[in-house]
Amino acid sequence: MTDLTELSANELIKLTALQMAERLRAGEITSVQLTQAHLDRIAAVDGPADGQGTGVHAFLHVNTEEALAVAAEVDAIRAAGGTAAQDLHPLAGVPIAVKDLIVTIGQPTTAASKMLEGWMSPYDATVVEKIRAAKLPILGKTNLDEFAMGSSTEHSAFGDTRNPWDLDRTPGGSGGGSAAAVAAYMAPLALGTDTGGSIRQPGAVTGTVGAKPTYGAVSRYGVIAMASSLDQVGPVTRTVSDAAALQELISGHDPKDSTSLPEPMDGLLEAARNGELAGLRIGIIAELEGEGFQEGVLARFQESVQVLKDAGAEVSEVSCPHLGYALGAYYLIMPSEVSSNLAKFDGVRFGNRVVPEGGGTIEQVMGATRAAGFGDEVKRRIILGTYALSAGYYDAYYGSAQKVRTLIQRDFAAAFEQVDVLISPTSPVTAFPLGEKLDDPVAMYNNDIATIPANLAGIPGISVPAGLSEGLPVGIQFLAPARGDATMYRAAAALESRLEEAWGTPFWAQAPDLAAVSEAAPAGVGNAPATATAGGEN
Amino acid sequence: MSAITREDVAHLARLAHIRMDENELDKMSGELAFIMDAIASVSEVAGQDVPRTSHPIPLRNVFREDMPSGMLTQEQALAMAPDAEDGQFKVPAILDGE
Amino acid sequence: MAAVTDEVLTFEEAMAQYEPVLGFEVHVELNTRTKMFSSAPNGFGDEPNTNVTPVDLGLPGVLPVVNGTAVEYSIKLGLALNCQIAEVCGFARKNYFYPDTPKNFQTSQYDDPIAHDGWLDVELEDGTVFRVEIERAHMEEDAGKLTHQGGPSGRIQDAASSLVDYNRAGVPLVEIVTKPITGAGERAAELAKAYVTQIRDIVKNLGISDARMERGNVRCDANVSLMPKGSTVFGTRTETKNVNSTRAVAHAVTFEIQRQAAVLSAGGSITQETRHWQEGTRTTTSGRPKSDADDYRYFPEPDLVPIHTNTEWIERLRAELPEPPAERRKRLKADWGYSDEEFRDVVNAGVLDEIAATIGAGASASAARKWWMGEIARLANLADKDIAELGVTPADVVEVEALIAEKTINDKLAKQVLGFVADGEGAPRAIVEARSLAVVSDDGALNAAVEAAIAENPGVVDKIKAGKLQAIGALIGPVMKATRGQADAARVREIVMEQLGVSE
Repeated sequence: MTDLTELSANELIKLTALQMAERLRAGEITSVQLTQAHLDRIAAVDGPADGQGTGVHAFLHVNTEEALAVAAEVDAIRAAGGTAAQDLHPLAGVPIAVKDLIVTIGQPTTAASKMLEGWMSPYDATVVEKIRAAKLPILGKTNLDEFAMGSSTEHSAFGDTRNPWDLDRTPGGSGGGSAAAVAAYMAPLALGTDTGGSIRQPGAVTGTVGAKPTYGAVSRYGVIAMASSLDQVGPVTRTVSDAAALQELISGHDPKDSTSLPEPMDGLLEAARNGELAGLRIGIIAELEGEGFQEGVLARFQESVQVLKDAGAEVSEVSCPHLGYALGAYYLIMPSEVSSNLAKFDGVRFGNRVVPEGGGTIEQVMGATRAAGFGDEVKRRIILGTYALSAGYYDAYYGSAQKVRTLIQRDFAAAFEQVDVLISPTSPVTAFPLGEKLDDPVAMYNNDIATIPANLAGIPGISVPAGLSEGLPVGIQFLAPARGDATMYRAAAALESRLEEAWGTPFWAQAPDLAAVSEAAPAGVGNAPATATAGGEN
Repeated sequence: MSAITREDVAHLARLAHIRMDENELDKMSGELAFIMDAIASVSEVAGQDVPRTSHPIPLRNVFREDMPSGMLTQEQALAMAPDAEDGQFKVPAILDGE
Repeated sequence: MAAVTDEVLTFEEAMAQYEPVLGFEVHVELNTRTKMFSSAPNGFGDEPNTNVTPVDLGLPGVLPVVNGTAVEYSIKLGLALNCQIAEVCGFARKNYFYPDTPKNFQTSQYDDPIAHDGWLDVELEDGTVFRVEIERAHMEEDAGKLTHQGGPSGRIQDAASSLVDYNRAGVPLVEIVTKPITGAGERAAELAKAYVTQIRDIVKNLGISDARMERGNVRCDANVSLMPKGSTVFGTRTETKNVNSTRAVAHAVTFEIQRQAAVLSAGGSITQETRHWQEGTRTTTSGRPKSDADDYRYFPEPDLVPIHTNTEWIERLRAELPEPPAERRKRLKADWGYSDEEFRDVVNAGVLDEIAATIGAGASASAARKWWMGEIARLANLADKDIAELGVTPADVVEVEALIAEKTINDKLAKQVLGFVADGEGAPRAIVEARSLAVVSDDGALNAAVEAAIAENPGVVDKIKAGKLQAIGALIGPVMKATRGQADAARVREIVMEQLGVSE
């Protein structure tokens, strides 16, 4: 066993979350050390929270004091021993970052919108309650596309997040902040939300693991709603096992969420540790491997397929003929729900009110408040949804989209009669340069072509790193039937371990080093180049 | 499918309570027309006999027990209000003097 | 206030030319402990913005959860209105911006109400029964309360600003919608009043609402249109909002009939619009016309899942229903042996429940009616209160009857006692003791009073001794006066005869 004094802060942050947890339990490290190491890393590479710096800018708010207080509490409990120590959650003391779409008492929640700048929630989201109960120090709130609408995090009102693999590229979206924080070792665990791929697509382009659980597995209470029938909270991590462990922590029935599954979802971590592939039937989705997918993405995907076959999986091709309509259905259902869910942001009860010059009626104040508070993409989707729901168009648009949803569910149901899990590339492209697609909404929407179907059908999906294309991460997506999250984790972990064997190193150890962005960074952290492999000597 | 006109967008913006100037209306109507072209195919495939799915996972009869809990104090309720008076939220005149 | 005054025809003129078509949307606030979709208390009159959770303020991130008790109450109401209960139903969002609506949409049932296709037999004052067809009864949530300030009249039109209290936001409502009602003719207003009264009584009887119209527990929107006599084509209707008493419903219907008749007979046409009831002038004034802003963009509420009912559940709730008011009235009338007129007076006075309770506690049917419709009604009238709200309970009446039966008091004293009960002095027996009101039956005291009366009235005594026994009454009066009315008149008469040595 490595003595804690032998592990530098820089090595500490490169452990997996489960390794950190194990060392905490063994008393080799303290949560305060671990939390401080991550806070130092954030200070070194993230730049200012206002987005004006040149760092990654994964965080909109860093929660230093509270995180250290929770860490100290865990350390004290553990030091005192006895049943209180034994009752600690296995992940107690491992720090976590939270997407700023999830409400938290004591820390601002903005949804990356000017509308909510400065707003403090009087209540905690259910997932936050669970994290607090398990005593994971919350490092802070991560950046996103405004109200989670986007695929690049460029629609944040508070500045772009940059991809740690290439700071001139986007980290995907909407959960670019959580993905970048995990990819850049600023947090071992993060929470994301996934409405059309906002966990998985950033996971793919930042080389992290991101999972969208079965709809209803994790409570949505306290998660600022984008599209209620599609939104789901999920883990963002560097390994499949870490993701499984985090999903176990945050999932479970919540009486405050009517769409919450009544039954618990256990055995995920066990399934990820199992990693057995022999006899597993895997289907390649024929509709998600050709046109529109980058050559390098397809090459990594096919290599992964070969690895799975070699490991004993039965791989076949299956067809989901209606997936071609998924994007259209999504861009009718999602904006419709958005237009209604975001109506509450009117400057009456909370948030920033804008009064037109010379005053005005409440109608005019609401109009000015929403004009100033919402960014272009949010407005676009609200208007689109208002249109899709309006009298005379409802049947043709919203009604038809709900029928397509049925057809896609049937496609998946038929596919899962033949196979246990489905696979596809997660994103058709690797991380694209900042600004490239900002003025072309349809091109931006196409990023989610492979992730959207799972949201429409409510089934679980996970993105796992599958290697690099021109130095940028590629992700592979596993989909499983509703409530089949364990199978999904098992298959994803199996691929992860086989690829790691083939590469001779964990994927995330291939990440480039990030130079510190601030002169004021604490000595010994960040400035020094990171070692090429995890666990190596500094 | 009918194209989205500038007038449509102006009407939709009023319904959605988002003030838009002339430039925004022009820009938005162009973008929305383009988006609608890209997604209008959904109505082709959705036949009469296909039922609609509003909830991805079918659950039913989820009820809450009729027991009070989780109340905010008046102070908490008003803490983040843009304007308040006498324990209530304050808003500008609701209608123009008609 | 310079309001435009509408021309009206007299009711008789209107009826000569037109046939009214009515429709009612009655909103009933359920008296569940918590709100429709949140665990905030469902309370009246508390400090503003205290009966709220994050859900009721529509804070970012909140989700609704359906109150199961509200669903059961709604099913019970549907059953009481002879409705079909939906096998499957759900909620939708009705999208519109208004500051009393915290989410800027109302969660309501739209195309799948929990109850539909029922009927209610409405009894008019003369006993005529008129069947009103119920289209649907659906669940929804109430809005918050706005107070307009800064204007000269405190009304919305000239207010400078408004204050919002969300205590009422989310209170469970059932909206009962009738099918168009034709054939009421000149009894339209009477039917309107009787219908709303009966709905109020039903929800009160079911125990699902406090049913206090003055508090807005039951609110009526009245739709009125006219068609020329002989026509079967409905005219354009208006919807008069939030009429908050049964009397006002009748007045609003009458006014709209007269107003619309004036417009139509002058060759004009009716604007489809919302109208506001003005209690002071007993008129309606023009509100907002229907417009494209009424595109509510309904869609299924994605945060709530469907409700599936089944026979077992519905039958369990049906078994819990109390006897329907109409059947109960029929039964009670027969049990008590009241005449049609007597019974109708009791019902119209609103003391059916009080009389039933009085009889239930042991009083005779005639005694119960005598007190409630007699002295108590008189006292209520003097106090300008409803009889039921005077403060006299059935137990008080039963106690008064017992005091009479044991000859502690007589009828005259009993009336005084009820007056003191109404004044809040306590229960009858306690009042009799505290005020020493018992009938004087002590012969010693009475003998003295009689001796005095004889001494003071020699002329009367002569008449009595001459055999004019009816003159005894002239001696009883002074004796009663001397004993402050507490003497037993029959005993006084006996003593007078003893002392004067006369007999019958």
